[in-house]
Amino acid sequence: MSQIGVDQWVEQSDERRDRYSGWTAPARRAFDKLPTGWKLVGVLGAAAAFPLLVPQGEIRIGITVLLLAMLALGLNVVVGWAGLLDLGFVAFYGFGAYFYAIVASDQLPAHWPTWVAIPIIVAAAALLGALLSLPSRRLVGDYLAIMTLFFAQIFVELVRNFERLPFVSEDLDLTGGPNGIPGVEAWDLFGFQINSFKRHYYLLLILLVVLIAGLHNLNASRTGRAWRALREDTLAAEHMTTPVNKLKLLAFVVGAAIAGLAGSIFAAVQVGVFPNNFALPFLITIYAAVILGGSGSIAGVVLGAVAIGYIPELLRDPGKAGWLFYIGLAVMLVVTMKRWQPIAAVTIGLVVFGFVVRFVSSAIWDESIMGTANDTFISRFVDGWVLILGEQQDLITNYAFVVAIAGVLSVVVTRGWLRIATLIPTIYLAILVWENKLALQPSITRQLLFGAVLVVMMAIRPQGLLGTRRVEIT
Amino acid sequence: MTDSTPLLKLSDINTFYGQIHILQDISMEIRSGELVCLLGGNASGKSTTLKTILGIVSPRSGTIEFDGADVTDKSTSFRIGQGMAIVPENRRLFAPMTVLENLEMGAYLRDDDHSEDLEQVYELFPLLADRKSQLAGTLSGGEQQMVAMGRALMSRPKLLLMDEPSMGLAPILVEQSFEIIQQVHQAGVSVLVVEQNANMALSIADHGYVLATGRIVLADTAEVLTEHEGLKKAYLGR
Repeated sequence: MSQIGVDQWVEQSDERRDRYSGWTAPARRAFDKLPTGWKLVGVLGAAAAFPLLVPQGEIRIGITVLLLAMLALGLNVVVGWAGLLDLGFVAFYGFGAYFYAIVASDQLPAHWPTWVAIPIIVAAAALLGALLSLPSRRLVGDYLAIMTLFFAQIFVELVRNFERLPFVSEDLDLTGGPNGIPGVEAWDLFGFQINSFKRHYYLLLILLVVLIAGLHNLNASRTGRAWRALREDTLAAEHMTTPVNKLKLLAFVVGAAIAGLAGSIFAAVQVGVFPNNFALPFLITIYAAVILGGSGSIAGVVLGAVAIGYIPELLRDPGKAGWLFYIGLAVMLVVTMKRWQPIAAVTIGLVVFGFVVRFVSSAIWDESIMGTANDTFISRFVDGWVLILGEQQDLITNYAFVVAIAGVLSVVVTRGWLRIATLIPTIYLAILVWENKLALQPSITRQLLFGAVLVVMMAIRPQGLLGTRRVEIT
Repeated sequence: MTDSTPLLKLSDINTFYGQIHILQDISMEIRSGELVCLLGGNASGKSTTLKTILGIVSPRSGTIEFDGADVTDKSTSFRIGQGMAIVPENRRLFAPMTVLENLEMGAYLRDDDHSEDLEQVYELFPLLADRKSQLAGTLSGGEQQMVAMGRALMSRPKLLLMDEPSMGLAPILVEQSFEIIQQVHQAGVSVLVVEQNANMALSIADHGYVLATGRIVLADTAEVLTEHEGLKKAYLGR
């Protein structure tokens, strides 16, 4: 009797799961063996040490990342767990930020103590979440998305035009209109002012740790299970007697409360709030963090927030952008080739190819190596190998760009030795274009490269960095 | 095990979808400890009967009594709380959740300790204990049927409703599936199986009802139905 349904496939599933392939397998197995506690301590230690190791300006980037992580965690409850496509999420963030700005600035003027203001803001944001979920409870999928999108748009328009609303007296300028509210006060926790980047960073880090612990338990609880069940199959969940509408409401409430809290910190960090902080582009950024990291996974969305928040900042600096470019190339090479023999072949071929091109080209036309390389470590390193054009740099690089793209396309469709043969000149052209054009203009290349990084990441892992691949019952 | 008071009693049920009269004067009984099958072809009203029993659709007239109380106007979750449980058509497991989580969902209504029920389910299906941390979507068809049954049993039902357990399963798995149903029945749960596969269902049932275009056209013991000439022609293909 106990043998019912056991086939070979099921019997071997443990073996199959265990068997990593390729030369990265030992490292992956070793990482799996590491206890979760150690990994957590490692990550937390690195995060806690970050402000001590970097200059003041970079702590600000850390704050941006932590805020994004907090928002991504909140959105993950609604989207990742309960499966509700909520496009109004950014409005709760804005609500929290504006609420704090109004009660902690000269706008009214009102100067509520922080320990009074924050609980009220979080509760009010949660209430707003409940209110939004009431008309949305019968809607799913794209219908819910449109409805909540309206809410986000209404919020921005409302704060932008508050004093012009017909029922508001002209003396009551609550939101500052398009100019926003400047001069928001710092958090004051019983005499301890959160007034520097470093303090904001640690405040956020502590809140984030508490939040992650809470969410982790919530996910493992009866409610967390029920959320995932109703995301998968609402009707079946209803047959298990889960109160579907109540659970949807609860997801909205939890998400909104987290967003409200994040907003109140953001207002204090920025020392002001402006309508554009809470417009749709930022909503898309939060979604990108959740989706890139792996919707539904706590560690995933935090990692996604780090990637989405940090990579664009990294790309501001030509030196770091160069590292990212070359490391990206190397990763692409490893991922497409997998085995070490072709990787070695391509690398050696590339080096030889570069010197040959340089030798032939400089013999024919000496302007082809007369340009000056970008003043970063890597650029100086490759200067003696790749062509840095003196004359007509722009024109030739533009052509090289087009040929490089054609090269990428041909790499995709070719196999075996032909692929290695097309890969070498393609990579060479990519480096040529990078050193002659893109590395010199970081402001233009930043968004381009960021987009490319995201596309590559999503192509490699469609389920998100730490997401689980969907299993469909057939 | 069979006693005389019916566990579930439908009296003169009439159910409509808009203007369309689906169930016409349906009356049926399931006694405690019985395994009853409800047979019928396409569009005969099998699923609607099940939905009416569960309260997903409400009848325009007639009464439903469950465990001695009138539940005609009660909600689905009330009825499930009173001791009904359903194994839906196509099983409808929560695919990206583990076997254990799927089973725990079955006990959602009760927030007390349900480790005992879990033990019972594992005793019935030792295989699920083995596979408890595996994702339900990666199980084979027969194992998924076990999870679906186990999930339903987690709420300690008095009456288990099975909607087309043979649907979408290979012939060998259909047999296994019915073995599982029989096993659950022998463990003391009353079962209502809604099926198209009359042969299979009658081979394990005590009683059978046959639906055709919304009316009950036959009701008798399984032995009698198996030998019934009209039924043979219509369903059994003999």
